[in-house]
Amino acid sequence: MKKLVLTTLTYALLTSSSFAQKIKGSDTVLPLTQKALEAYKKERPAASLSITGGGSGVGISALLNGTTDIAQSSRRIKFDERQKFAEAGKQLKEVIIAYDALSIVVHPENKVTKLTREQLEGIFTGKIKNWKEVGGEDLKIIPYSRETSSGTYEFFKESVLKNKNYMNGILSMPATGGIIQSVSQTKGAISYVGFAYVNSKVKAVQVSYDKGKTYIAPTFENAKNKSYPIVRPLFYYYTQINAEGKSFIDFVLSPKGQKVVADVGYLPIK
Amino acid sequence: MKRLVDKLVEGMLKMSGAVTSITVLLIILFLFKEGAGLFSSSTIEKGYTLLVNSQNPIEELSPETMKKVFDGQIENWKDLGAKNEQIRIFRFDEIFSIYSDEELGADFALLPQKIAEVIASDATIIAYIPQKYVPKDYSSVKELKHRNISWSDYFLGKEWLPTATPAPLFGILPLLLGTLLVSIIAILIAIPLGVGVAIYLAEIANERTRKILKPAIELLAGIPSVVYGFFGLVVLVPIVQKMGGLALGETAFTGSLILAVMALPTIISIAEDAMRNTPKAMRDASLALGATHWQTIYRVVLPYASSGISAAIVLGIGRAIGETMAVLMVTGNAAVIPNSMFESVRTIPATIAAELGEAPGGGTHYQSLFLLGCVLFIITLIISILTEAIASRKVIKE
Repeated sequence: MKKLVLTTLTYALLTSSSFAQKIKGSDTVLPLTQKALEAYKKERPAASLSITGGGSGVGISALLNGTTDIAQSSRRIKFDERQKFAEAGKQLKEVIIAYDALSIVVHPENKVTKLTREQLEGIFTGKIKNWKEVGGEDLKIIPYSRETSSGTYEFFKESVLKNKNYMNGILSMPATGGIIQSVSQTKGAISYVGFAYVNSKVKAVQVSYDKGKTYIAPTFENAKNKSYPIVRPLFYYYTQINAEGKSFIDFVLSPKGQKVVADVGYLPIK
Repeated sequence: MKRLVDKLVEGMLKMSGAVTSITVLLIILFLFKEGAGLFSSSTIEKGYTLLVNSQNPIEELSPETMKKVFDGQIENWKDLGAKNEQIRIFRFDEIFSIYSDEELGADFALLPQKIAEVIASDATIIAYIPQKYVPKDYSSVKELKHRNISWSDYFLGKEWLPTATPAPLFGILPLLLGTLLVSIIAILIAIPLGVGVAIYLAEIANERTRKILKPAIELLAGIPSVVYGFFGLVVLVPIVQKMGGLALGETAFTGSLILAVMALPTIISIAEDAMRNTPKAMRDASLALGATHWQTIYRVVLPYASSGISAAIVLGIGRAIGETMAVLMVTGNAAVIPNSMFESVRTIPATIAAELGEAPGGGTHYQSLFLLGCVLFIITLIISILTEAIASRKVIKE
């Protein structure tokens, strides 16, 4: 009798864990996956998927250990991480599910409306210290950044600063909400936030990646047609998934799923 | 039978005491064990190394120099004591834009060879390459030596850049000074205010006022610190900025204000209890001798309650030093050595809270954060010992 109970229990545990697809990783992608799952469950109420955040790096290492089925990531997998998958003999699949545009925001009263990448690099590495050096009024520049562990921090460093370090002692905020609040109440402030977070309390500036020839405003259209330069893809990674996981990914890529992407504030892939 | 129950209860109490002490000890041990690992890690990011052309006379670079070179602050080899040549930085990813995947061979077997070719072709190059792909047996390539992170890098370093590549910088001096500055100002505000209010509540206020005020103050202790932080960011930060005519309002002073408010309920409530515990006979005796109400408070109640008041202060300070979320939101988190209290600072608890979540487990960043925890522990330990000493000395004098 005891043995029977035990085997049934083990069986129940094993089967449930093999059916429930686990998704883990980036906090940037997390709200998107959650909203998508809500929409997905309307169509398939019996779907069993579980989602956790923790960061892109956490998700990818969980995928490598086999403790998750799908890793969500706000950055492309790094070379050495890819190597680890190759060593473990796992075939890695990559799906781009959405794009995220980063907007450069300043205080609404700031006269500066456009900046080049070189100027942004100067501002965030501490070489440019006053707004008058970039065509504004005589006012100290106060750059805010995200915390060092954030994927957005890394992306900005790679894309805008060309891998140089941020200035020593840059102000850093634990969350995007804090950045919006601080920029809206500090006259000399500048920072970067996800496209979805831009609101009337701050002003987004136009950015040029060709040394000032063309300045592009961070609008939905410009990001979608890829003319806006600071756009990053958001990913799902997996090695092997069951039908449930596959159909969820297909749902996210479908027109319905991509509508969720736009609702959450990211850019659809098509 | 009754004796047996007594024995049992006694044993259980003893057990739980022992378990608690052991748990505390184990936590401290774990903290120090994780933290100490930092000093046996290399200054260069794990798994990577720096390569130069073998004609280059440079043998070793300090972490600060590496950062300056890779940030473009040092652009010429002559600044490092070599020939007058522009430094060329070569990051690993660039190899993929020079050679196609076919040229690198299956499983990147030819990668080390190609890296060697690039380095051999340019005497001014400094390459940042994964250890795995270091070309061996090539006379044109030289690996720079690197040492382990030292105590002085950590405790005397002036820059906190834990994710910098190729060499993260773990100087805690700005964090340590920031924490001390914020806590000391907070304590300077909270102690006179807290003890004052406690005296008022215990000695001066009538019963009705006390019954309303005390629970109201104790209610403050129940507000989550994130709420204090957000209140600080939205309300206090603009006020401090306008009043001081400052460029920005996220300063050490703002953090201290919030911390002082957060420490007040603890200080008031415990100090008040201690004062009210003064025996009525002592008060009556003092008054009977002709002392005024104020003289009684000052000469009898305060000395009698001194150990309780110092306990209140220690707990208040503990709250101020260890507080994370509220400080994280209002101090601006700039890791620079503060010159005044109207500048942004970054405190130790805020750093741990903000960074531990995504620091790769077991890496140098993770270890450095645990070591920060040790530093914080030692600070609070010193404060407790000092206050205990002060409190006990007073009692002996009486």
